Amino acid sequence: MRFSVGVSGLRARMSRRSFLKGTSAATAGLAALETEVSPVGAAADEPQVFGPEPVSVTLRVNGQAHTVAVEPRTTLAEVLRGALNLTGTKIACDRGSCSACTVLLDGAPVASCSMLALDVGDRAVTTIEGLASGETLHPVQAAFIEHDALQCGFCTPGMVLSSAALLARNPQPTAGDVKAAISGHVCRCGTYPHVIDAVLAAARAGRG
Amino acid sequence: MASGTQDSPRHEKFVTGIAGVSLTEVERTVPADEAPPLPPNAQLSQIGKSAPRWNGRAKVTGAVRFTADITLPGMLHARFLRSTLPHARVRSVDTSAAERYPGVRAVLVLLGPSGTGGATSVSAEENVEATRSNDQPIALYAGAAVAAVAAVSEQAAEAALRLIKVQYEPLPFVVDMDDARAAGAPVVYEKLDVQPGFGASGLVAAGLPLKGNVRGPAGDARGDVAAGLAAAEVVVEGEYRTQVQTHCCMEPHGIVADWRADGLTVHISTQSTVSVRAELARAFGLPLSRVRVITEAMGGGFGSKSQLGYYGHAAVALSRKAQAPVRLVLERHEEQVDSGYRPATWQRLRIGAARDGTLAAMSLLSYGSAGTALGAGVGNIAQRMYTCPNFDESSYDVFINAGPGCAMRGPGNVPGAFALEQAIDELAEKLGIDPVALRDRIDASPQRREERRIGAERIGWSARHAPGAETGTVKTGLGMAQSLWGANVQVNSACEVRVLRDGSVEVRSSVQDIGTGTGTIIQQVVAEELGLRPEDIVMRIGDTDFPAGSPSSGSRTAASMTPPARNAAYQVCRQLFALAAPVLDTTADDLQARDGRILSRRDPGHAMTFHEAAGRMPTEQIAVVASRGEDYVGFKGRRGDMGFALNDLGGVQFAAVSVDTETGLVRVERVVAVHDCGRPINPAQLESQVQGGILQGLGYALFEERVIDRQTGLIVNADLEQYKLPGAFETPEIEVHLIENYQGFSATDAYGIAEPSNIATAPAIANAIQNALGVRLRALPMNRAAILTALAGKS
Repeated sequence: MRFSVGVSGLRARMSRRSFLKGTSAATAGLAALETEVSPVGAAADEPQVFGPEPVSVTLRVNGQAHTVAVEPRTTLAEVLRGALNLTGTKIACDRGSCSACTVLLDGAPVASCSMLALDVGDRAVTTIEGLASGETLHPVQAAFIEHDALQCGFCTPGMVLSSAALLARNPQPTAGDVKAAISGHVCRCGTYPHVIDAVLAAARAGRG
Repeated sequence: MASGTQDSPRHEKFVTGIAGVSLTEVERTVPADEAPPLPPNAQLSQIGKSAPRWNGRAKVTGAVRFTADITLPGMLHARFLRSTLPHARVRSVDTSAAERYPGVRAVLVLLGPSGTGGATSVSAEENVEATRSNDQPIALYAGAAVAAVAAVSEQAAEAALRLIKVQYEPLPFVVDMDDARAAGAPVVYEKLDVQPGFGASGLVAAGLPLKGNVRGPAGDARGDVAAGLAAAEVVVEGEYRTQVQTHCCMEPHGIVADWRADGLTVHISTQSTVSVRAELARAFGLPLSRVRVITEAMGGGFGSKSQLGYYGHAAVALSRKAQAPVRLVLERHEEQVDSGYRPATWQRLRIGAARDGTLAAMSLLSYGSAGTALGAGVGNIAQRMYTCPNFDESSYDVFINAGPGCAMRGPGNVPGAFALEQAIDELAEKLGIDPVALRDRIDASPQRREERRIGAERIGWSARHAPGAETGTVKTGLGMAQSLWGANVQVNSACEVRVLRDGSVEVRSSVQDIGTGTGTIIQQVVAEELGLRPEDIVMRIGDTDFPAGSPSSGSRTAASMTPPARNAAYQVCRQLFALAAPVLDTTADDLQARDGRILSRRDPGHAMTFHEAAGRMPTEQIAVVASRGEDYVGFKGRRGDMGFALNDLGGVQFAAVSVDTETGLVRVERVVAVHDCGRPINPAQLESQVQGGILQGLGYALFEERVIDRQTGLIVNADLEQYKLPGAFETPEIEVHLIENYQGFSATDAYGIAEPSNIATAPAIANAIQNALGVRLRALPMNRAAILTALAGKS
């Protein structure tokens, strides 16, 4: 798969594999690693090495383009919460096992704690802050309030986004479909029954 | 209505009893400025309704700020260096290279030879701190914090940690409770100096003997157990084990500390802003007035966030040293290693009874381990649930080289119920009496009697088969168990209600909403009194700049906060009535607030809007602060600011399970939970809490378990993959019933439900598994291996 990444304000084409090669080395913290960055416009299939110093990346988040300088090892969750101050995205395990950090990439849920910001490319990022249309809540958000589908609220942003993504791809889910959609989400308050009620109600409202 | 003069206590008639069963009236004496008695929920407009959560919108839009979301200008990021060994003397800590690392602003040695700036042995107000007499600092468990670094970024802090050189002298260690009890086991504490207070699962006494790693016994006794057992016609005896369960709060423990010359402000994820403020003031030598603690939102605590903690203390010390705000948020592995847990227990319970089920005697021996902490008891459920004239208990703490355990939802009574409620079922089987019928004979609680009746009907108890009666591969079973928890009240809980001239209303209190919906129920109570809607009440809570509210622990928040909220609203409303009365050509006593209006009872045509009445205020605002005080009937006990109400909180849970006898997989298909919490204020929020209590109980029953490797002393599942939590697929169909149990004890008669809802689940599932298989599992978790092993032992 090929996608473009904003580098130094310009667009360079690179493969996912070559990209990971560069960033994983940086993530390992090998300061002595060769940090040569190929000139922009170099042969497309040549491996490129980034970091450890910050590079520029452009992210499309909630319909707005943001260009930020990040160390290549920076995760999408860190950029969202840090540079973009979108703290609705939560970090609870930081290793993709609880789904609190879920955001939508082109409408599909991903664990933003386990994706590098440089890996996002030009895919549209939707965070919890971008789900409502202005003052009008997304039907899933409204249903979460109506059915008390949250307690402490820390897992809620991720849970809401995965549920919204479910309804986008399957407007008439069964309770089993809802369980499958939120099965990776840990809610220690144990609010799953009300979440299931809320998502099914949002689906009914959508049909009505 | 009221009798008596303005300032003397009044005599009022309160409704008491269980709605739908029998309600009666009782006269109580109440303070002069107390709001009048409330009728049952059916006659109220806001209380007893499922008002939407006060901060629901902020939570579903991501707008709400948890501690981990706070950023302050110039804020530093702190990380801990932790012991890699389970037991070691710290010979030296060299931080010089770390201090020179770019971006590092402060380094703190927490566990090093004296003189290196240690900041350990933080003593919590309600915690028992064991202090060592050794001069040499000793890491008592793998993961104990040795040093901390604050730097301009988390990355810089982490890089600097790697430059700290620690010289350890490894010591023999023990991480298993049975091993620790054995003669010749490595000793965790040579000597202990114990201050009495609250430990991991209840009160801890001073002065108990310490032999090896075993401290105790603590005990409780009544009657003559030996004689009771000798006279008993039937005796059951069993040994039960429960494992370590970790809290797994989704929001990690965290703090943002901002030390300034004119005072200290901390944002912290805590269950008690007031307790943290008191601890900070004491630890850092500041007046309370110079310490501000803020908890805007809180991502789960379950008992593990009631104190400042070593991490909070370290963050403040770093902020003071660096002269900059410091953010310190634990990572998930740190949560699992060093943020508390429910202690493991071993219990032997012996119960003697007459043929008709009447209990003759009960004897309980227990060992529990909260690692390096104290008070790993099994609660008071065996002492108090059933009528039994003769009882004795001996409980011991066993120290191991693991981080300190702490309170977790229903501390003590959760492991206690696992033993007691299975033993009662075993007794019922031996007596040939149905388990529900036996409890009808030996349980004096009228609430639980009604709860058993409702639950049995809803689960289809009459169709329950004999244990192990089914012949297929997948066997089904029904089981039930009961809950008991004290009705706790924080007497020193205050709440301010202020009405502004434009008719808007604010409530202010330091009480924090930890996800239970405390803010919502306060809104409802105030709205009921002022004749407004809950959403009209602006909540300003979780900040010690406001009147001191209750801690959110011990299921005490609703009982502690709703009465002062209502009384403050009542007193504010009396002032508005006085302003409105002359205009409406009547007296203040004739006025009532309803549907956004203030109107005459005699002639409802004489009315004005709440807004108009507020407009007549001579000042910009009218504000009243009310405090909780004692229950009208007093308490059965007091400890500091905490009162123990005359009643107990109950709850009965029924579980339907299926067990695959080839794979050992247990599925909880259905749970019916019937609970009481005095006057229910918000049924939807209560249902959410009960569901959560059940799911934490289900995880405890079937798969949650912290595992420490005995060879290395390291936790092998310090994450959320290998520590198994219940998810959506493990969630059974849950049916929650709340009974309204009126007592006329306070202005709202409301009590908590968090802990009662967590106590009965595991034993109800265990009893259901026994009903399915005809085999009783006496150890947790009842995972596949345990089921298959038990079945192998049977055949």
